[in-house]
Amino acid sequence: MEVLQPTSWGEALAAKEEHPGAVPLAGGTDLLVELNFDRRRPETIIDLTRVAELNEWSHVNGGVRLGAGVDYTRVIAELASELPGLAIASRTVGSPQIRNRGTVGGNLGTSSPAGDALPPLVASGARIELAATSGTRVVPVEEFCIAPKRNVLAPDELIAAIHMPVATGPQQFSKIGTRNAMVIAVASFALTLDPPARSVGTGIGSAGPVPLRATEAERFLEGVLDEEGLWDSRGQLSEGAVARFGQLASEASRPIDDVRGSAAYRRHSLGVMAGRTLAWAWDEYRGTL
Amino acid sequence: MHLQLTVNGNPREVDGAWEGESLLYVLRERLGLPGSKNACEQGECGSCSVYLDGVLVCSCLVLAAQAAGRDVVTVEGLAENGELHPIQKDFVEAGAVQCGFCTPGLIVATHELLARNPRPTDPEIREALAGNLCRCTGYEKILDAVRAAAVRNSRA
Ligand SMILES: Cc1cc2nc3c(=O)[nH]c(=O)nc-3n(C[C@H](O)[C@H](O)[C@H](O)COP(=O)(O)OP(=O)(O)OC[C@H]3O[C@@H](n4cnc5c(N)ncnc54)[C@H](O)[C@@H]3O)c2cc1C
Ligand code: FES
Ligand code: FES
Repeated sequence: MEVLQPTSWGEALAAKEEHPGAVPLAGGTDLLVELNFDRRRPETIIDLTRVAELNEWSHVNGGVRLGAGVDYTRVIAELASELPGLAIASRTVGSPQIRNRGTVGGNLGTSSPAGDALPPLVASGARIELAATSGTRVVPVEEFCIAPKRNVLAPDELIAAIHMPVATGPQQFSKIGTRNAMVIAVASFALTLDPPARSVGTGIGSAGPVPLRATEAERFLEGVLDEEGLWDSRGQLSEGAVARFGQLASEASRPIDDVRGSAAYRRHSLGVMAGRTLAWAWDEYRGTL
Repeated sequence: MHLQLTVNGNPREVDGAWEGESLLYVLRERLGLPGSKNACEQGECGSCSVYLDGVLVCSCLVLAAQAAGRDVVTVEGLAENGELHPIQKDFVEAGAVQCGFCTPGLIVATHELLARNPRPTDPEIREALAGNLCRCTGYEKILDAVRAAAVRNSRA
């Protein structure tokens, strides 16, 4: 086994081009488990933790460009007001030790449908910047994951950054599991309200082969908010509308039965979480008059 | 593989390490520092917790090469002049140690918590120690020990 340790982004991309089979390593909270248990024995590892560019975030075109190597602890500490949905989800990841090392780029790299960073990215329309020595491309997060643990990264590509709009309204995330900490989501749901654009975004985790959007639930809620003038009045949402939103979110999932939960439970819990996150987010919106 | 790193304030060198080794393996098997425990090797139990450049991490999830040139502090580095660290004494006095396997990780995690937040509330203690498992104590005495350490801080 060989471990390459580039110290700049250019070196990292060159290393990936030269060793297309090499496995990138960020915080190691997924990859080291595989190495320790001998589930994976790559010939070459590219350690990205010395590439300073990956560990930075900045404002670009009115949004946030989050370097793939920024860990969850920093997302929580530094981006809670600009990317609140992602920060809430980051607080639910593993434990302090895991959040100190684990990265959003690593969550994308693993492409598990249960990755907790992914639903908030979907709900906010994140775009993923992929880079190779030959150039850069940007793909919507929904097109990035293509199947459980599979994504569109080409052999010579690395994840450079995640582009997200700065929040213009409330964002929420809810996750269900057997414990409050150290839990892989049985199901999860993320919600983004964008009042200036009059739009609603959703993301479903752990209830399909890839993170999903509940498009019909989004359109339904946008319709209710428009028709009843609620964006402007900030009036109360009817219980019926909240329940219908939950039901449509639940119907958008494509869950399976597995060791963590049954498909029926996932569907049910998604309806509950969608309704709850909407109630929280709408209360927050009403409170900010 | 050749490796240079600082452990508990001392420059250390390791020769002949395998590239796929974790920092935990290097500490225990190559540097003779068995304080950090190996219980799960998958980040679930926290018994291998150490500081890496001042950040609390599971050493089983750090590739040894990632720690090259970095500063590592293990539980062995907390005691001074052969005297237990006050947090270690609090654990002993509270009866928070039974088999002791989880203790080094909990000591390092508690040390990190109190450095950040000298007077944590109970929910903050629970949150900070959520990544450290104990099979023996039922956690109550561990919470007592951390509370005692926090009280000591508020007197200091
Ligand atoms: C105890 C424990 C608890 C956990 N709890 C949770 C949880 O609650 N929620 C959750 O979502 N996850 C959880 N995880 C999984 C893991 O922490 C996350 O998926 C994390 O985001 C992985 O990030 P990392 O930087 O550690 O990735 P690594 O392990 O370094 O890498 C993960 C994958 O991404 C690839 N990769 C990393 N960076 C790049 C890049 N820049 N370009 C291309 N590929 C890249 C790697 O090659 C690898 O395939 C947990 C893990 C452990 C051990
Ligand atoms: S041995 Fe590292 S967390 Fe259990
Ligand atoms: S004292 Fe035995 S595991 Fe905690």
